[in-house]
Amino acid sequence: MSTAFSELSLKNLKFTRTKMTKLARVEALWGLLFLTPWLIGFFLWTLGPMVASLVFSFTDFNLLHREELQWVGLANYRLLFTDPNVKTAVSVSLRFAAMALPVGILQPVVMAALLNDERLWSKRLFTTLFYLPSIVPLVSAVYIWRGIMNTQTGWINRFLEAIGIAGPDWLNSQAWIYPSLVIIGLWGVGDMMLYTLATMQGVPTELYEAAQVDGAGRFTQFRHITLPMITPVIFYNLILSSIGIVQYFLVPFVLKGPNGDPGNATWFYGMHLYKEAFSYSKMGYGATLAWMLFLFVLVVTIFLFWSSKYWVFYPAGEEK
Amino acid sequence: MATQSSRPAYTSSVLRRAIRPVLAGATFSLPAIVILTAFLSPFGYMTVTALKDRPMITEAGSPILPSKPASFVYEDEEYPVLLVPDENGRMHEWAIIQKGREESTFIDPRNPEAGPIQWTGKWRTLELSWELSPVWENFSYAWTQLDMLRTLRNTLLIAILGVFGTTVSCTLVAYGFTRFRIPGKSILFMVLVSTMILPAFVTIVPTYILFERVGWMGTMLPLIVPHFFANAYNVFVLRQYFLTIPREMDEAAMIDGAGPIRTLTSVILPQSIPALIAVGIFHFMFAWNDFFGPLLYLSTEQELQPISIAIQGFNARFSARPHLVQSSALLGLVVPLVLFFLAQRVFMRGIVFTGVEN
Repeated sequence: MSTAFSELSLKNLKFTRTKMTKLARVEALWGLLFLTPWLIGFFLWTLGPMVASLVFSFTDFNLLHREELQWVGLANYRLLFTDPNVKTAVSVSLRFAAMALPVGILQPVVMAALLNDERLWSKRLFTTLFYLPSIVPLVSAVYIWRGIMNTQTGWINRFLEAIGIAGPDWLNSQAWIYPSLVIIGLWGVGDMMLYTLATMQGVPTELYEAAQVDGAGRFTQFRHITLPMITPVIFYNLILSSIGIVQYFLVPFVLKGPNGDPGNATWFYGMHLYKEAFSYSKMGYGATLAWMLFLFVLVVTIFLFWSSKYWVFYPAGEEK
Repeated sequence: MATQSSRPAYTSSVLRRAIRPVLAGATFSLPAIVILTAFLSPFGYMTVTALKDRPMITEAGSPILPSKPASFVYEDEEYPVLLVPDENGRMHEWAIIQKGREESTFIDPRNPEAGPIQWTGKWRTLELSWELSPVWENFSYAWTQLDMLRTLRNTLLIAILGVFGTTVSCTLVAYGFTRFRIPGKSILFMVLVSTMILPAFVTIVPTYILFERVGWMGTMLPLIVPHFFANAYNVFVLRQYFLTIPREMDEAAMIDGAGPIRTLTSVILPQSIPALIAVGIFHFMFAWNDFFGPLLYLSTEQELQPISIAIQGFNARFSARPHLVQSSALLGLVVPLVLFFLAQRVFMRGIVFTGVEN
């Protein structure tokens, strides 16, 4: 088993330069015809906007004063590196990532390991119920958590009080807001949990049987069989979570509003971009912020793909 | 005696063998149940809070379930009901009709004809008796304030048109990728997969300007039209599914004179119903959940707002009333929840197909 990203390998590129017969040309034309919706969509919603974004980043395009559009060269980029709000945003996003990413990687693995254990009663029921929070719409989930984390009326602090602990102010203190956001995020890993579980179920049982014969215990089996076999899914999760986290801002936006409260603790990079581009209509600067984000993501992704050959294990014989 | 003493030993070893897996299951599953309960407890919080009024939430000592202090009307007067122990220590729910320092008078609401009961003791030490009293009006209030009929119509319009667009376009594209030899197909497919990794922010500014230019600002079109051009995840699911359909079946249809479109509709589609349903539900859930799109394009058009943005607006007004906040959250998740349970199998299997290749 492997993931969508195992398609992104140079080995999958096939260059054939044979002269096409008439029949082959007809087939290729039909094929292209079926690809048309995506090809048009790719130029319209992906490639076109990406190029336009780059172009806008060298202008002072503002939707409110559009007739004054001017080339400003690298001014937006200079602003980006001196803007104190960007500095705050980058540090907020990175600090949050340092806490959220490890949880986001570990949690699906732990949950899938629990669901894959043969001692568990009714695997299907547990899987469905653990998956359930993932279908809760974002706004509903945020308001539910805001309620349960309320210092006076929320269940978490009432429970802590009952066992003799004074609960923190989860959502209004700069120290607790990140753990709170991470806790809210626990509800969003259902898909990754299912991928991981499906991959664990695909591990050949002979491997475990052989290990048992050799006297390997449960933990050793997990460490030396299960874990290597699920590295493709962990890699997939790592890539998607990294990209998700650098763009993260909707949960704090709904939870705390658009001003980065408490303090500047939720002034995420995405929040800054949203406000510059869409609250103040500064499209040129917004495009610059977006392009820098893209370059950052590109570097991270390339690094992760490069690193994957050292730790991601694709079982032999599955090459296509 | 000898036979008798060996029997328990025999049964106990059989029992042990039968019990051990049950015991192992229990020692593993019971903690799992505790974790699951904690994980799902916010649903419980939401449900009970949505059925309370302000005093039920704020007053110290009020029970978890939506309850109010019980009372009893006796001779046209309303009296609170207390939990009263009798001489034998048995508890009774009695209404207090006359309070005294050392001795009070009660009446049994179940048997008022029996007359007043004298009880010796300090009534202040007695606890209130609570009765369940869910405040259903919260939902009707939230329903009207959210203008739920209009909101639902908007949400469904956006969602269903998008479901149609994405299902049709992704089917065509997935068919093109699985069944035709096209020069450069492997590169195109890699480009498609790599759009999964592209941060949405990179394209959002020019796309916004484009929609503004063509006059779609404040309409639903930016939330519908792009979905008629296929997206990587759904193409990937359908492609994987189509690959499992044997090629011999297409070839048989082709030999019978079916063209590519005919092959798609008569061979591929009938066998892909679960995958098509899964893709349709994915999009429905996406559209129901989508907050950023409506925030950008519809925040000024109250008439056209879908549920996500309507709930956010509602909460901006009622954030100080937890019961209304929770009833709106519940109204927001009922439809996805019902849909999930109706199509749970197909849905969860489809999710696996979006990420993992077999």
